[in-house]
Amino acid sequence: MNIIVCIKQVPGTTQVKIDPQTNSLVRQGTKNIINPFDSYALEEGVHLKERFGGKVTALSMGPPQAEEILREAIACGADQAFLVSDRLLGGSDTLATSYTLSRAIRKIADFDLVICGRQTADGDTGQVGPELAETMGLPFVAYVNKIEEVGAGQIRLQRMVEDGYEVIETSLPAMISVVKEINVPRLPSLRGLARAKSAAVIVWTAADIEADMSRIGLNGSATKVIKIFFPNRERRGEKLQGCMEEQVETLVQKLRESRVV
Amino acid sequence: MEYFLSETQKEIRGLARKIAEERILPVRAELDEKEEFPWEIMKALAESDMFRVFVPEEYEGLGGGCFDLCLVVEQLSRVCSGVAVSYAASALGSITLIQAGSEEQKKKYLPDVASGKKLAAFALTEPSAGSDATALKTTAQKVAGGYILNGTKQFITNGGEAEIYTVIVLTDKTKGPRGASAFILEKGMPGFSFGKKEKKLGIRASATRELVFRDCFVPEANLLGREGMGFIQTLRTLDWSRPGIGSQAVGVAQGALEAAVDYARQRVQFGHPLIALPAVQNMLADMAIQVEAARALVYAVARTVDSGAKDFTEESAMAKVFAADVSMEVTTKAVQIFGGAGYMRDYPVEKMMRDAKITQIYEGANEMLRGTIAAELRKRRGRRD
Ligand SMILES: Cc1cc2nc3c(=O)[nH]c(=O)nc-3n(C[C@H](O)[C@H](O)[C@H](O)COP(=O)(O)OP(=O)(O)OC[C@H]3O[C@@H](n4cnc5c(N)ncnc54)[C@H](O)[C@@H]3O)c2cc1C
Repeated sequence: MNIIVCIKQVPGTTQVKIDPQTNSLVRQGTKNIINPFDSYALEEGVHLKERFGGKVTALSMGPPQAEEILREAIACGADQAFLVSDRLLGGSDTLATSYTLSRAIRKIADFDLVICGRQTADGDTGQVGPELAETMGLPFVAYVNKIEEVGAGQIRLQRMVEDGYEVIETSLPAMISVVKEINVPRLPSLRGLARAKSAAVIVWTAADIEADMSRIGLNGSATKVIKIFFPNRERRGEKLQGCMEEQVETLVQKLRESRVV
Repeated sequence: MEYFLSETQKEIRGLARKIAEERILPVRAELDEKEEFPWEIMKALAESDMFRVFVPEEYEGLGGGCFDLCLVVEQLSRVCSGVAVSYAASALGSITLIQAGSEEQKKKYLPDVASGKKLAAFALTEPSAGSDATALKTTAQKVAGGYILNGTKQFITNGGEAEIYTVIVLTDKTKGPRGASAFILEKGMPGFSFGKKEKKLGIRASATRELVFRDCFVPEANLLGREGMGFIQTLRTLDWSRPGIGSQAVGVAQGALEAAVDYARQRVQFGHPLIALPAVQNMLADMAIQVEAARALVYAVARTVDSGAKDFTEESAMAKVFAADVSMEVTTKAVQIFGGAGYMRDYPVEKMMRDAKITQIYEGANEMLRGTIAAELRKRRGRRD
């Protein structure tokens, strides 16, 4: 069973600062790590390989330094790693990112399952996974918390829903996103670290993956970031007076005024 | 301090530290409280190749030596000595096999030790034979195809948890120490059972049990080396392993030092943090000096062991004795700096003090090893080149 795991490099802190001048994340001074949600995807890939054989390919789109997290992925059990890195990809939103990843996956070609994390710790949208599956025309199961069985050309999984879980069977190749309940990611191994040092992380440009230039980077992005800011949190309280009917009336009126209803 | 570690050694140390902080720290108080064997952590250590560190490359190890082992043990012990010794005992249980085993025996047992699939243990001590290992009573009687073992081993680390046991017994009662031999035993062999788990002062995450042999048949193929070599093999094994106890002692002392400094910086009395008091500063400075001196000695001896030196009995005893005494002193001072809080289970230093004590006792009580050192001194008349 050949598996592709999509991983992203994110700042290794939850205290992300935003530069008020440029409206972008301040990345200096923070160590970059594998997006924590993606580490569950990686672990599941490696775990499946151990159960059923095959190989695990780690794939990332990002700046040249993202090579580091791909090496870490190798140290944790991935067999090979690809990085899509190109200045032309700057400013990609989720749509452009998922298109770019889809081109890279097409180029890797040989896979039964693509696994991604449920969302990133920095962008937080949770959109790239589903968009990627859509772009590639793959069946997609989100929020998988357990892989029950893998048979010839199909897979049975459990996915978390609000009030329990669903059991879903789908054909392979397919794509899934996983939640943290699915496993405990392993730490790197010494042999893995040695392998990671000598392994080649293959870097592809936009041209290498034969991307349609109108669908990548800023050009390919359907959304534009105009401003990033901390929302102003205001709390107000007011005690309504009068009899029940009066109170209800004032409440409805106030809710209308503040456009809540 | 610059100890000139190789890149690989830095990696080993870094990964061991990561495991200690991410996997051991969150559960150490609970493991101590419940006296629970840390299987989850053993699994994490195995997955990270930590059990490969001390196994030769031919048997799926990474071919590191005594020093690499010490680096791992120190980092684990900095957070929890009970976990550290459970790991280290697997090395101890493999050393005689590595040093004296046949190709076939090594091929059979070492790959599983290296992968961490199986833990090992070393069993010498008996109720009547502690410091005096020549007073062994457990016997192995020769029969067709093998030996029949009878007797009891006491205080065996990893007893009951390990699958592979190096056991020292008498094949010839009439010859005293020259009649001792080493065997490999496997958990589950008929006639081989375990006594109750001991309740301990410290290193409570580790398991200590009796091994009981009642007409236990061991195939001839499980004899390590030749009959009668058991005692010499034991001495060589312990010479090799004692720096490991030294590193266990250094690790727990380092942990206590760090905790004490943190506490002294933050606890305010008389309007100032404790660390502003000269009395506390002196204690902390002494602790730091002792820890670093012990570490330097342990590292130097571990490197001597790995250098291929023939005889390092004295050096190895020095590393163990000094580091163990330092460990006891430093952890006791850490409790002192914490005051009443240090006496409480809410803080880690009382556990460290309880954990440190064992390093002065096992693998040769410090008093006995001082005797060993003195005997060597006498031989070389105190001279050094
Ligand atoms: C938690 C724990 C784990 C252990 N794990 C193992 C294990 O895995 N395998 C194993 O084989 N054994 C193990 N042991 C046994 C350990 O090595 C012995 O306890 C140790 O060697 C001391 O022997 P003893 O307890 O019989 O003490 P004794 O021999 O009765 O000695 C008691 C005290 O007398 C003094 N003393 C004794 N002899 C001398 C001497 N010659 N010179 C000066 N003073 C002396 C010392 O102060 C010593 O502390 C373990 C013990 C403990 C407590």
